[in-house]
Amino acid sequence: MSSTQEARGRNGSRTAYEKILDLHTVAKDADGSALVFIDRIMLHERMGPLALIGIIESGREILAPDRVFCTYDHIIDTYPGRGDKTTAPNGEEFIESLRAGVRTLGLRSFDIDDPRQGIVHVIAPEHGIALPGITMICPDSHTCTLGGIGAVAWGVGSTDCEHALATGVLRVTPKRIMRVTVGGRLSSWVTAKDLAIHLISKHSASGGHGAVVEFGGEAIDALEVEARMTLCNMVVEFGAFTGLVPSDGKTLDYVRGRPFAPQADMVKTVEAHWRSLASDPGAKFDQEIELNAADVAPTVTWGTSPEYAVPVDQATPDPADAGDEATAAGWARSMEYMGLTPGIPLTSIPIDGAFIGSCTNARISDLRRAAAVLKNQTVADGVLAICVPGSTQVRLAAEREGLDKIFTAAGFQWRESGCSLCVFAGGESFAHGDRVVSSTNRSFEGRQGPGTRTHLASPETVALSAVNGRISDVRALGPMKPEIAT
Amino acid sequence: MEAFSSHKGVVLPMMSDNVNTDVIIPSREIKKVSKKGLGEGLFANLRYFPGSRNPDPDFVLNRPAYARSSILVARQNFGCGSSREHAVWALFEYGIRVIIAESFGAIFHDNCVANGLLPCVVSGEAIARIVEWVDEDAQSREITVDLERRTVTAGPVEVSFNLDEEMRQRLLRGLSPIDVTLKRRADIEKFFAADRTARPWIHSFGDQGTGEP
Repeated sequence: MSSTQEARGRNGSRTAYEKILDLHTVAKDADGSALVFIDRIMLHERMGPLALIGIIESGREILAPDRVFCTYDHIIDTYPGRGDKTTAPNGEEFIESLRAGVRTLGLRSFDIDDPRQGIVHVIAPEHGIALPGITMICPDSHTCTLGGIGAVAWGVGSTDCEHALATGVLRVTPKRIMRVTVGGRLSSWVTAKDLAIHLISKHSASGGHGAVVEFGGEAIDALEVEARMTLCNMVVEFGAFTGLVPSDGKTLDYVRGRPFAPQADMVKTVEAHWRSLASDPGAKFDQEIELNAADVAPTVTWGTSPEYAVPVDQATPDPADAGDEATAAGWARSMEYMGLTPGIPLTSIPIDGAFIGSCTNARISDLRRAAAVLKNQTVADGVLAICVPGSTQVRLAAEREGLDKIFTAAGFQWRESGCSLCVFAGGESFAHGDRVVSSTNRSFEGRQGPGTRTHLASPETVALSAVNGRISDVRALGPMKPEIAT
Repeated sequence: MEAFSSHKGVVLPMMSDNVNTDVIIPSREIKKVSKKGLGEGLFANLRYFPGSRNPDPDFVLNRPAYARSSILVARQNFGCGSSREHAVWALFEYGIRVIIAESFGAIFHDNCVANGLLPCVVSGEAIARIVEWVDEDAQSREITVDLERRTVTAGPVEVSFNLDEEMRQRLLRGLSPIDVTLKRRADIEKFFAADRTARPWIHSFGDQGTGEP
């Protein structure tokens, strides 16, 4: 690991991360650690209340309450017509605690019935809260999602969150800076999600350990901003501190005009500033990984870690090929939990559930692609299929386009926005032993309910799998129509 | 927070990679807005038979040899996954004071330090030697972790561990990170004032509309 973030590259050239960090450095210690100014803090009802209670009980003040944004996503219900009642045990206490903190401290909040409500990492860019070149934290590990818009954003615990609220800064130790360059173009129906799972399966769930992962190359340039968020969302599953796709023209187009984004009189200055934050040509990376986009297939996890994944047209592996004893034991244990054995073609595995949602894959572009697969199709008998839009705005936009009708006609439930079945919190769940193909980010044991078996995949793979009643290769549909691609 | 200098105790071996925070404390065990009352939910999915509080005697935590363990030893990427600090609070409440692993989930690592639980990064080879010595008599062979010297001593085996120096100092002195940072308030306020001019769009918002993008 490098001992300092300064002057590492040739002629003072810097990576995008170094530039953004330098811009936010309040003070620097001899060991290269920095006190870093935090531009935006987001809180949700599951982890936010303890940070606010800490502030209130200590008698401290929030340095800049105007730059704190709260919402409700983790344990609220997503059933149509929902209110405060939730199936999560004692969930109302979490909702009420956040509200109480919001009232006492005078914070901005997008409550359950607010049209701005949604999954925290979906609404952050949607409302222009997350911006290129900013620093941002939230007590949620998937805060790295916002690297997709060019922000340096990372998840923290409640204590660090309270720290940032009270002081306006966090101490950041020097990070390993890794670049993942993806050459060529992703094939038809192959998405940022497949690329992320591919990367983790090749380089392990700790392959990006503690690193800042900058993505670049032709395939990344070609990704739309929402797809870049999907990619960066998954870097925490790669063990990374955070991910980053430095902002470009697409990012600037995406940000312009959003409610909390810079106003018209400032846009020109700010955009010139944002354009200056790309990595310099001579910037030094501590590690480089090169991938060829053409090698990436629709990729699906077979086990309880995101690194347990293979291309959808392949079979479950054999622990005998794992390389070492402990890894083999991990594979075997995971297979037992998943009810699988070595050598089973993924596309032969029947499913009980299909879930499209989460901060990974529930933006409008995700729902459009899934709807394109579901149009005039019907979910197979016995498959419980659920779609939970990532935000209320995504839901409303989808309904304006008629996507909800496509989902419901196919047999999907169409829900209100929230984290929902991405994470079982003691309330709603899939059934014990159910096998679920899911557009979410974690296939951990019990993640979607006690004993549930989760296979991570892209939304389009989830959609087709729901129709076929088994894990499916979406490439069987023939080339994707270009209008679906965005 | 209590100062940490050294700790001697029985090892709890969890020799798997990627033990995630969902495993350490399942979300359903987080029933209150509180840092307390979480020890019982520690490793709940592995520790109890499904849908009950009946201990599974095969799980390491329930085996008599490990009944008074306070030093957890794992492999790579311990504490990956969710940022929930409840994982640390649950471990601490149960009695774990030190975790030795090849690597940690980044958020979990910092959460440990914030709560006085010591994360020690040690090579896989060193972990194997420690566990080998302990395994000969797991119940009575205690190991010592010395934060002053940055060493783990397991009988004849002595290895040093890695920890960020600022974090080490904080643990040794039992300092609250917020108090440490607030001592630098002058620096922060100076930056804040300059930044308001340099990046006004960060500090104030114009017409926020209704949130319609």
